[in-house]
Amino acid sequence: MALLEIKDLVSGYGEVQILWGASLELAEGQLTCLVGGNGVGKTTLLRSLMGLLRPWQGSVTFQGKDVTHLPAYTKAEMGLVMVPEGRQLFTEMSVYENLEMGASNKRARPKLKHNLERVYEMFPRLKERQAQKAGTLSGGEQQMLAVGRGIMADPVVLMIDELSLGLAPVLVLQLFESLKQLRELGITILLVEQNVQMALAVSDYGYVLAEGKVELQGPARHLIKDQHVREAYLGL
Amino acid sequence: MSILLQVQGVTKRFGGLQALTQVTFDLPAGQILGLIGPNGAGKTTLFNVINGVYSPEEGRILFREQDITGKKPYELAKMGMARTHQIVRPLNELTVHENVMVGACFGRENQPLGRAADIAAEILQFVGLTVKPDQLAGSLNVAQKKRLEMARALAAHPYLLLLDEVLAGLNPSEISNMVETILKIREQGITIIMIEHVMKAVMNVSDRVIVLDYGQQIAEGTPAEISKDEKVIEAYLGDPRLAERLLQEN
Repeated sequence: MALLEIKDLVSGYGEVQILWGASLELAEGQLTCLVGGNGVGKTTLLRSLMGLLRPWQGSVTFQGKDVTHLPAYTKAEMGLVMVPEGRQLFTEMSVYENLEMGASNKRARPKLKHNLERVYEMFPRLKERQAQKAGTLSGGEQQMLAVGRGIMADPVVLMIDELSLGLAPVLVLQLFESLKQLRELGITILLVEQNVQMALAVSDYGYVLAEGKVELQGPARHLIKDQHVREAYLGL
Repeated sequence: MSILLQVQGVTKRFGGLQALTQVTFDLPAGQILGLIGPNGAGKTTLFNVINGVYSPEEGRILFREQDITGKKPYELAKMGMARTHQIVRPLNELTVHENVMVGACFGRENQPLGRAADIAAEILQFVGLTVKPDQLAGSLNVAQKKRLEMARALAAHPYLLLLDEVLAGLNPSEISNMVETILKIREQGITIIMIEHVMKAVMNVSDRVIVLDYGQQIAEGTPAEISKDEKVIEAYLGDPRLAERLLQEN
Protein backbone atom coordinates (compact mmCIF):
# COMPACT_ATOMS: atom_id res chain seq x y z
CA MET A 1 0.00 0.00 0.00
CA ALA A 2 1.15 3.48 -0.81
CA LEU A 3 2.26 5.70 2.06
CA LEU A 4 0.43 8.66 0.56
CA GLU A 5 -2.32 8.32 -1.96
CA ILE A 6 -3.92 11.19 -3.83
CA LYS A 7 -7.03 10.22 -5.69
CA ASP A 8 -8.93 12.18 -8.36
CA LEU A 9 -8.04 15.51 -6.82
CA VAL A 10 -10.01 18.45 -8.18
CA SER A 11 -9.12 21.93 -7.03
CA GLY A 12 -8.57 25.54 -8.03
CA TYR A 13 -8.80 29.15 -7.01
CA GLY A 14 -12.12 30.98 -6.84
CA GLU A 15 -13.95 29.88 -9.94
CA VAL A 16 -10.82 28.86 -11.82
CA GLN A 17 -10.44 25.12 -11.87
CA ILE A 18 -6.80 24.02 -12.07
CA LEU A 19 -6.79 20.32 -11.21
CA TRP A 20 -9.05 18.04 -13.21
CA GLY A 21 -8.80 14.81 -11.29
CA ALA A 22 -5.13 14.20 -10.52
CA SER A 23 -4.10 10.91 -8.93
CA LEU A 24 -0.72 9.87 -7.62
CA GLU A 25 0.83 7.57 -5.07
CA LEU A 26 4.00 7.81 -3.06
CA ALA A 27 5.71 4.57 -2.14
CA GLU A 28 7.37 4.58 1.27
CA GLY A 29 11.07 5.45 1.20
CA GLN A 30 11.03 6.44 -2.44
CA LEU A 31 11.74 9.66 -4.19
CA THR A 32 8.86 10.58 -6.46
CA CYS A 33 8.82 13.59 -8.71
CA LEU A 34 6.00 15.57 -10.21
CA VAL A 35 7.00 17.52 -13.28
CA GLY A 36 5.15 19.57 -15.84
CA GLY A 37 5.18 22.92 -17.61
CA ASN A 38 4.10 26.29 -16.35
CA GLY A 39 0.63 26.52 -14.91
CA VAL A 40 -0.31 22.86 -15.19
CA GLY A 41 -1.19 22.68 -11.49
CA LYS A 42 1.88 21.30 -9.70
CA THR A 43 1.85 23.82 -6.85
CA THR A 44 -1.94 23.69 -6.70
CA LEU A 45 -1.68 19.95 -6.19
CA LEU A 46 0.79 20.37 -3.33
CA ARG A 47 -1.29 23.09 -1.71
CA SER A 48 -4.46 21.04 -2.03
CA LEU A 49 -2.96 17.90 -0.61
CA MET A 50 -1.45 19.86 2.30
CA GLY A 51 -4.76 21.58 3.02
CA LEU A 52 -3.53 25.07 2.26
CA LEU A 53 -6.17 25.04 -0.44
CA ARG A 54 -9.46 23.23 0.00
CA PRO A 55 -9.85 20.35 -2.46
CA TRP A 56 -13.14 20.52 -4.37
CA GLN A 57 -13.27 16.77 -4.89
CA GLY A 58 -11.08 13.74 -4.43
CA SER A 59 -9.20 12.32 -1.49
CA VAL A 60 -5.84 12.27 0.24
CA THR A 61 -4.97 9.15 2.22
CA PHE A 62 -1.91 9.09 4.45
CA GLN A 63 -0.80 5.92 6.25
CA GLY A 64 -4.21 4.44 5.49
CA LYS A 65 -6.16 7.33 6.99
CA ASP A 66 -8.32 9.79 5.10
CA VAL A 67 -6.71 13.17 5.74
CA THR A 68 -8.36 15.08 2.89
CA HIS A 69 -10.00 17.71 5.03
CA LEU A 70 -7.53 18.02 7.87
CA PRO A 71 -5.93 21.44 8.25
CA ALA A 72 -2.33 21.93 7.15
CA TYR A 73 -0.96 22.21 10.70
CA THR A 74 -2.49 18.87 11.64
CA LYS A 75 -0.94 17.28 8.58
CA ALA A 76 2.41 18.80 9.53
CA GLU A 77 2.06 17.24 13.01
CA MET A 78 1.47 13.90 11.31
CA GLY A 79 4.66 14.25 9.30
CA LEU A 80 3.51 15.74 6.00
CA VAL A 81 5.96 18.58 5.55
CA MET A 82 6.23 21.05 2.71
CA VAL A 83 9.16 23.17 1.55
CA PRO A 84 7.38 25.98 -0.26
CA GLU A 85 8.34 27.50 -3.57
CA GLY A 86 10.42 30.64 -3.18
CA ARG A 87 11.74 29.37 0.17
CA GLN A 88 9.58 31.66 2.35
CA LEU A 89 12.26 32.02 4.99
CA PHE A 90 12.14 34.29 8.01
CA THR A 91 14.68 36.63 6.48
CA GLU A 92 15.24 38.77 9.57
CA MET A 93 15.91 35.75 11.75
CA SER A 94 19.18 33.84 11.95
CA VAL A 95 19.83 30.57 10.18
CA TYR A 96 19.60 28.73 13.48
CA GLU A 97 16.32 30.42 14.42
CA ASN A 98 14.85 29.48 11.06
CA LEU A 99 15.79 25.87 11.69
CA GLU A 100 14.32 26.06 15.19
CA MET A 101 11.06 27.30 13.69
CA GLY A 102 10.95 24.17 11.55
CA ALA A 103 10.90 22.05 14.70
CA SER A 104 7.85 23.75 16.18
CA ASN A 105 5.44 20.83 15.85
CA LYS A 106 4.93 18.49 18.80
CA ARG A 107 6.51 15.47 17.18
CA ALA A 108 9.61 17.35 16.05
CA ARG A 109 10.35 19.33 19.20
CA PRO A 110 11.95 16.51 21.23
CA LYS A 111 14.09 15.61 18.18
CA LEU A 112 15.39 19.12 17.62
CA LYS A 113 18.98 18.32 18.47
CA HIS A 114 19.09 15.13 16.48
CA ASN A 115 17.56 16.73 13.39
CA LEU A 116 19.77 19.79 13.70
CA GLU A 117 22.80 17.49 13.53
CA ARG A 118 21.38 15.85 10.42
CA VAL A 119 20.86 19.24 8.76
CA TYR A 120 24.33 20.51 9.62
CA GLU A 121 25.88 17.28 8.41
CA MET A 122 24.05 17.54 5.11
CA PHE A 123 24.65 21.28 4.67
CA PRO A 124 27.86 22.27 6.50
CA ARG A 125 27.45 25.79 5.09
CA LEU A 126 24.41 26.29 7.29
CA LYS A 127 26.43 25.41 10.37
CA GLU A 128 29.13 27.91 9.40
CA ARG A 129 26.47 30.56 8.98
CA GLN A 130 24.14 29.64 11.81
CA ALA A 131 24.22 33.08 13.40
CA GLN A 132 23.80 34.96 10.14
CA LYS A 133 20.46 36.47 9.10
CA ALA A 134 18.69 34.22 6.61
CA GLY A 135 18.04 37.15 4.28
CA THR A 136 21.77 37.69 3.78
CA LEU A 137 22.43 34.16 2.50
CA SER A 138 23.03 33.44 -1.17
CA GLY A 139 20.21 31.90 -3.21
CA GLY A 140 21.66 28.42 -2.95
CA GLU A 141 22.21 28.68 0.80
CA GLN A 142 18.66 29.94 1.25
CA GLN A 143 17.37 26.91 -0.59
CA MET A 144 19.50 24.68 1.66
CA LEU A 145 18.00 26.43 4.66
CA ALA A 146 14.47 25.93 3.34
CA VAL A 147 15.13 22.21 2.94
CA GLY A 148 16.86 22.15 6.31
CA ARG A 149 13.85 23.74 7.98
CA GLY A 150 11.73 21.01 6.41
CA ILE A 151 13.98 18.31 7.85
CA MET A 152 13.68 19.95 11.28
CA ALA A 153 9.94 19.25 11.15
CA ASP A 154 10.87 15.55 11.25
CA PRO A 155 9.02 14.65 8.07
CA VAL A 156 7.62 11.29 7.12
CA VAL A 157 6.96 12.76 3.70
CA LEU A 158 8.90 15.81 2.58
CA MET A 159 7.34 17.74 -0.29
CA ILE A 160 9.64 20.16 -2.05
CA ASP A 161 8.25 22.75 -4.44
CA GLU A 162 10.89 23.85 -6.96
CA LEU A 163 14.25 22.90 -5.56
CA SER A 164 16.36 24.24 -8.41
CA LEU A 165 14.52 27.38 -9.49
CA GLY A 166 16.88 30.24 -10.23
CA LEU A 167 20.04 28.47 -9.06
CA ALA A 168 23.39 28.01 -10.81
CA PRO A 169 24.12 24.51 -12.20
CA VAL A 170 26.74 23.61 -9.58
CA LEU A 171 24.29 24.37 -6.76
CA VAL A 172 21.52 22.53 -8.54
CA LEU A 173 23.70 19.44 -8.66
CA GLN A 174 24.59 19.78 -4.97
CA LEU A 175 20.97 20.16 -3.88
CA PHE A 176 19.89 17.18 -5.93
CA GLU A 177 22.70 15.16 -4.34
CA SER A 178 21.31 16.06 -0.94
CA LEU A 179 17.96 14.56 -1.96
CA LYS A 180 19.65 11.20 -2.27
CA GLN A 181 20.98 11.58 1.29
CA LEU A 182 17.47 12.38 2.50
CA ARG A 183 16.17 9.25 0.86
CA GLU A 184 18.88 7.24 2.62
CA LEU A 185 17.58 8.62 5.92
CA GLY A 186 14.28 6.92 5.07
CA ILE A 187 12.37 10.06 4.26
CA THR A 188 9.78 9.69 1.51
CA ILE A 189 10.07 12.59 -0.89
CA LEU A 190 7.77 14.27 -3.35
CA LEU A 191 9.72 16.64 -5.54
CA VAL A 192 7.95 19.18 -7.71
CA GLU A 193 10.30 20.48 -10.37
CA GLN A 194 10.55 22.48 -13.57
CA ASN A 195 13.92 20.91 -14.34
CA VAL A 196 12.59 17.65 -15.69
CA GLN A 197 15.94 16.16 -16.61
CA MET A 198 17.34 16.60 -13.11
CA ALA A 199 14.14 15.53 -11.39
CA LEU A 200 13.91 12.33 -13.38
CA ALA A 201 17.62 11.64 -12.98
CA VAL A 202 17.35 11.65 -9.17
CA SER A 203 13.91 10.08 -8.71
CA ASP A 204 12.64 6.54 -8.43
CA TYR A 205 9.28 7.26 -9.95
CA GLY A 206 7.88 10.17 -11.92
CA TYR A 207 4.59 11.76 -12.83
CA VAL A 208 4.10 14.24 -15.67
CA LEU A 209 1.25 16.63 -15.07
CA ALA A 210 -0.37 18.36 -18.04
CA GLU A 211 -3.45 20.55 -17.96
CA GLY A 212 -4.43 19.56 -14.44
CA LYS A 213 -4.16 15.80 -14.91
CA VAL A 214 -1.47 13.15 -14.81
CA GLU A 215 -0.56 12.61 -18.44
CA LEU A 216 2.28 10.15 -18.00
CA GLN A 217 3.80 8.16 -15.17
CA GLY A 218 6.38 5.48 -14.70
CA PRO A 219 9.78 4.59 -13.31
CA ALA A 220 11.94 7.70 -13.67
CA ARG A 221 14.64 5.77 -15.55
CA HIS A 222 12.13 5.01 -18.27
CA LEU A 223 10.55 8.44 -18.39
CA ILE A 224 13.87 10.20 -18.84
CA LYS A 225 14.28 8.44 -22.18
CA ASP A 226 10.63 8.71 -23.14
CA GLN A 227 9.87 10.86 -26.15
CA HIS A 228 6.34 11.34 -24.84
CA VAL A 229 7.68 13.46 -21.97
CA ARG A 230 9.04 15.99 -24.47
CA GLU A 231 5.80 15.84 -26.33
CA ALA A 232 3.79 16.47 -23.18
CA TYR A 233 5.91 19.56 -22.59
CA LEU A 234 6.13 20.87 -26.08
CA GLY A 235 2.49 20.21 -26.86
CA LEU A 236 2.74 17.99 -29.91
CA MET B 1 3.80 39.70 -48.04
CA SER B 2 3.98 42.96 -46.13
CA ILE B 3 5.61 43.19 -42.75
CA LEU B 4 3.25 44.62 -40.13
CA LEU B 5 5.60 44.76 -37.16
CA GLN B 6 9.39 44.90 -36.90
CA VAL B 7 11.10 44.50 -33.56
CA GLN B 8 14.75 45.42 -33.90
CA GLY B 9 17.34 44.77 -31.20
CA VAL B 10 14.99 45.53 -28.32
CA THR B 11 16.62 45.52 -24.90
CA LYS B 12 14.78 46.27 -21.66
CA ARG B 13 16.34 46.50 -18.22
CA PHE B 14 14.81 46.86 -14.79
CA GLY B 15 17.65 48.08 -12.59
CA GLY B 16 20.27 45.34 -12.78
CA LEU B 17 17.89 42.84 -14.36
CA GLN B 18 18.16 42.41 -18.10
CA ALA B 19 14.56 41.51 -18.90
CA LEU B 20 14.96 41.49 -22.69
CA THR B 21 18.19 41.23 -24.64
CA GLN B 22 18.35 42.22 -28.32
CA VAL B 23 14.99 40.76 -29.30
CA THR B 24 14.60 40.96 -33.06
CA PHE B 25 11.89 39.67 -35.40
CA ASP B 26 9.64 40.62 -38.30
CA LEU B 27 5.97 39.78 -38.23
CA PRO B 28 4.25 39.46 -41.62
CA ALA B 29 0.68 40.74 -41.82
CA GLY B 30 -2.00 38.10 -41.39
CA GLN B 31 0.08 35.63 -39.39
CA ILE B 32 -0.21 34.23 -35.89
CA LEU B 33 3.03 34.41 -33.95
CA GLY B 34 3.26 32.30 -30.80
CA LEU B 35 5.45 33.63 -28.00
CA ILE B 36 6.47 30.95 -25.52
CA GLY B 37 9.06 30.38 -22.82
CA PRO B 38 9.42 29.35 -19.18
CA ASN B 39 8.16 31.57 -16.35
CA GLY B 40 9.98 34.84 -16.11
CA ALA B 41 11.36 34.59 -19.65
CA GLY B 42 10.20 38.11 -20.53
CA LYS B 43 7.12 37.40 -22.63
CA THR B 44 4.76 39.87 -21.01
CA THR B 45 7.60 42.41 -20.81
CA LEU B 46 7.97 42.12 -24.58
CA PHE B 47 4.24 42.81 -24.95
CA ASN B 48 4.59 45.80 -22.68
CA VAL B 49 7.43 47.14 -24.78
CA ILE B 50 5.58 46.55 -28.07
CA ASN B 51 2.43 48.27 -26.91
CA GLY B 52 4.17 51.16 -25.22
CA VAL B 53 3.74 50.42 -21.51
CA TYR B 54 7.56 50.48 -21.28
CA SER B 55 10.00 52.05 -23.63
CA PRO B 56 13.09 49.98 -24.40
CA GLU B 57 16.62 51.02 -23.43
CA GLU B 58 17.88 49.94 -26.82
CA GLY B 59 16.40 49.05 -30.17
CA ARG B 60 13.35 50.21 -32.03
CA ILE B 61 9.94 49.01 -33.08
CA LEU B 62 8.29 49.70 -36.41
CA PHE B 63 4.56 49.25 -36.85
CA ARG B 64 3.13 49.62 -40.34
CA GLU B 65 6.47 51.11 -41.35
CA GLN B 66 6.37 53.84 -38.73
CA ASP B 67 8.80 54.05 -35.84
CA ILE B 68 6.60 53.68 -32.77
CA THR B 69 9.38 53.34 -30.15
CA GLY B 70 8.40 55.32 -27.06
CA LYS B 71 4.80 55.92 -28.11
CA LYS B 72 2.14 55.53 -25.43
CA PRO B 73 -0.38 52.66 -25.34
CA TYR B 74 -3.33 54.98 -26.16
CA GLU B 75 -1.49 56.35 -29.19
CA LEU B 76 -0.79 52.84 -30.37
CA ALA B 77 -4.41 51.86 -29.81
CA LYS B 78 -5.40 54.62 -32.25
CA MET B 79 -2.83 53.37 -34.73
CA GLY B 80 -4.37 49.91 -34.66
CA MET B 81 -2.71 47.90 -31.91
CA ALA B 82 -4.90 46.23 -29.30
CA ARG B 83 -4.13 43.80 -26.50
CA THR B 84 -5.64 41.65 -23.83
CA HIS B 85 -4.18 41.19 -20.37
CA GLN B 86 -3.22 38.01 -18.60
CA ILE B 87 -5.21 39.10 -15.56
CA VAL B 88 -8.50 40.21 -17.06
CA ARG B 89 -9.51 43.72 -16.11
CA PRO B 90 -13.06 44.47 -17.23
CA LEU B 91 -14.74 47.66 -16.06
CA ASN B 92 -16.85 45.76 -13.55
CA GLU B 93 -19.45 48.47 -12.98
CA LEU B 94 -20.23 48.81 -16.68
CA THR B 95 -22.34 46.35 -18.62
CA VAL B 96 -20.70 43.79 -20.86
CA HIS B 97 -21.92 45.72 -23.87
CA GLU B 98 -20.56 49.05 -22.58
CA ASN B 99 -17.18 47.46 -21.94
CA VAL B 100 -16.91 46.53 -25.58
CA MET B 101 -18.09 50.00 -26.63
CA VAL B 102 -15.10 51.45 -24.80
CA GLY B 103 -12.86 49.51 -27.16
CA ALA B 104 -14.65 50.90 -30.20
CA CYS B 105 -14.57 54.50 -28.91
CA PHE B 106 -10.87 54.58 -28.08
CA GLY B 107 -9.52 52.31 -30.79
CA ARG B 108 -8.36 52.91 -34.31
CA GLU B 109 -11.61 54.41 -35.52
CA ASN B 110 -12.66 56.55 -32.57
CA GLN B 111 -16.33 55.73 -33.04
CA PRO B 112 -19.21 57.85 -31.72
CA LEU B 113 -21.43 56.13 -29.15
CA GLY B 114 -24.21 55.09 -31.51
CA ARG B 115 -21.88 53.36 -33.92
CA ALA B 116 -19.83 51.93 -31.02
CA ALA B 117 -22.99 50.27 -29.71
CA ASP B 118 -23.56 48.57 -33.06
CA ILE B 119 -19.97 47.41 -33.25
CA ALA B 120 -20.15 46.07 -29.68
CA ALA B 121 -23.24 44.00 -30.49
CA GLU B 122 -21.59 42.63 -33.60
CA ILE B 123 -18.31 41.76 -31.87
CA LEU B 124 -20.01 40.14 -28.88
CA GLN B 125 -21.78 37.86 -31.28
CA PHE B 126 -18.54 37.19 -33.13
CA VAL B 127 -16.72 36.06 -29.98
CA GLY B 128 -19.74 34.07 -28.85
CA LEU B 129 -20.46 36.02 -25.69
CA THR B 130 -24.22 36.09 -25.51
CA VAL B 131 -25.47 37.72 -22.32
CA LYS B 132 -28.37 39.91 -21.29
CA PRO B 133 -27.89 43.49 -22.52
CA ASP B 134 -27.74 44.91 -19.00
CA GLN B 135 -25.50 42.28 -17.45
CA LEU B 136 -22.61 43.81 -15.53
CA ALA B 137 -19.11 42.74 -16.55
CA GLY B 138 -18.25 41.96 -12.94
CA SER B 139 -20.81 39.16 -12.88
CA LEU B 140 -19.20 37.12 -15.67
CA ASN B 141 -17.35 33.87 -15.05
CA VAL B 142 -13.69 33.47 -16.00
CA ALA B 143 -14.23 32.06 -19.48
CA GLN B 144 -16.70 34.84 -20.25
CA LYS B 145 -14.36 37.50 -18.92
CA LYS B 146 -11.64 36.20 -21.24
CA ARG B 147 -14.03 36.53 -24.16
CA LEU B 148 -15.01 40.00 -23.04
CA GLU B 149 -11.36 41.01 -22.87
CA MET B 150 -10.93 39.78 -26.41
CA ALA B 151 -14.13 41.49 -27.60
CA ARG B 152 -13.03 44.81 -26.16
CA ALA B 153 -9.72 44.56 -28.00
CA LEU B 154 -11.40 43.54 -31.26
CA ALA B 155 -13.89 46.39 -31.09
CA ALA B 156 -10.95 48.72 -31.66
CA HIS B 157 -10.68 47.15 -35.13
CA PRO B 158 -6.94 46.60 -34.71
CA TYR B 159 -4.41 45.56 -37.32
CA LEU B 160 -2.41 43.83 -34.60
CA LEU B 161 -3.87 41.97 -31.65
CA LEU B 162 -1.68 40.97 -28.70
CA LEU B 163 -3.19 38.10 -26.71
CA ASP B 164 -1.66 37.45 -23.29
CA GLU B 165 -2.59 33.98 -22.06
CA VAL B 166 -6.21 33.99 -23.16
CA LEU B 167 -6.40 30.21 -22.66
CA ALA B 168 -5.13 30.15 -19.06
CA GLY B 169 -7.74 28.97 -16.59
CA LEU B 170 -10.09 27.61 -19.25
CA ASN B 171 -11.30 24.03 -19.33
CA PRO B 172 -10.57 21.83 -22.36
CA SER B 173 -13.83 22.58 -24.19
CA GLU B 174 -13.51 26.31 -23.52
CA ILE B 175 -9.96 26.11 -24.86
CA SER B 176 -11.06 24.58 -28.13
CA ASN B 177 -13.82 27.20 -28.50
CA MET B 178 -11.31 29.97 -27.88
CA VAL B 179 -8.87 28.49 -30.38
CA GLU B 180 -11.62 28.52 -33.00
CA THR B 181 -12.28 32.17 -32.23
CA ILE B 182 -8.58 32.97 -32.62
CA LEU B 183 -8.52 31.30 -36.02
CA LYS B 184 -11.65 33.24 -37.04
CA ILE B 185 -9.92 36.47 -36.04
CA ARG B 186 -7.00 35.65 -38.30
CA GLU B 187 -9.41 34.91 -41.15
CA GLN B 188 -10.51 38.50 -40.86
CA GLY B 189 -6.98 39.55 -41.68
CA ILE B 190 -5.95 40.57 -38.17
CA THR B 191 -2.35 39.76 -37.25
CA ILE B 192 -1.90 38.13 -33.85
CA ILE B 193 0.87 37.61 -31.34
CA MET B 194 -0.11 35.22 -28.60
CA ILE B 195 1.66 34.45 -25.35
CA GLU B 196 0.55 31.05 -24.28
CA HIS B 197 1.45 28.22 -21.93
CA VAL B 198 -1.14 25.81 -23.27
CA MET B 199 1.41 24.32 -25.63
CA LYS B 200 -0.87 22.08 -27.64
CA ALA B 201 -2.97 25.06 -28.62
CA VAL B 202 -0.16 27.48 -29.38
CA MET B 203 1.74 24.92 -31.42
CA ASN B 204 -1.39 24.16 -33.41
CA VAL B 205 -2.50 27.68 -34.30
CA SER B 206 0.79 29.53 -34.72
CA ASP B 207 2.40 30.08 -38.11
CA ARG B 208 5.67 30.82 -36.37
CA VAL B 209 6.87 30.59 -32.79
CA ILE B 210 9.46 32.58 -30.88
CA VAL B 211 10.94 31.16 -27.69
CA LEU B 212 12.26 33.44 -24.97
CA ASP B 213 14.39 32.25 -22.07
CA TYR B 214 15.86 34.68 -19.53
CA GLY B 215 15.05 37.54 -21.91
CA GLN B 216 16.96 36.00 -24.79
CA GLN B 217 15.36 34.92 -28.00
CA ILE B 218 16.66 31.34 -28.08
CA ALA B 219 14.72 30.06 -31.09
CA GLU B 220 12.39 31.11 -33.85
CA GLY B 221 10.68 28.92 -36.41
CA THR B 222 7.64 26.92 -37.35
CA PRO B 223 6.05 24.88 -34.55
CA ALA B 224 7.59 21.72 -36.03
CA GLU B 225 11.07 23.27 -36.02
CA ILE B 226 10.66 24.61 -32.50
CA SER B 227 9.61 21.28 -31.08
CA LYS B 228 12.86 19.69 -32.30
CA ASP B 229 15.17 22.51 -31.23
CA GLU B 230 17.67 21.31 -28.63
CA LYS B 231 17.94 24.73 -26.99
CA VAL B 232 14.18 24.87 -26.55
CA ILE B 233 14.06 21.40 -25.11
CA GLU B 234 16.81 22.36 -22.68
CA ALA B 235 15.00 25.56 -21.66
CA TYR B 236 11.87 23.58 -20.89
CA LEU B 237 13.24 20.32 -19.58
CA GLY B 238 16.60 21.32 -18.10
CA ASP B 239 20.16 20.55 -19.08
CA PRO B 240 20.58 16.88 -20.04
CA ARG B 241 24.35 16.99 -19.38
CA LEU B 242 23.86 17.96 -15.75
CA ALA B 243 21.27 15.23 -15.36
CA GLU B 244 23.74 12.77 -16.86
CA ARG B 245 26.26 13.68 -14.14
CA LEU B 246 23.68 13.07 -11.46
CA LEU B 247 22.86 9.68 -12.97
CA GLN B 248 26.51 8.65 -13.13
CA GLU B 249 27.05 9.42 -9.47
CA ASN B 250 24.19 7.14 -8.43
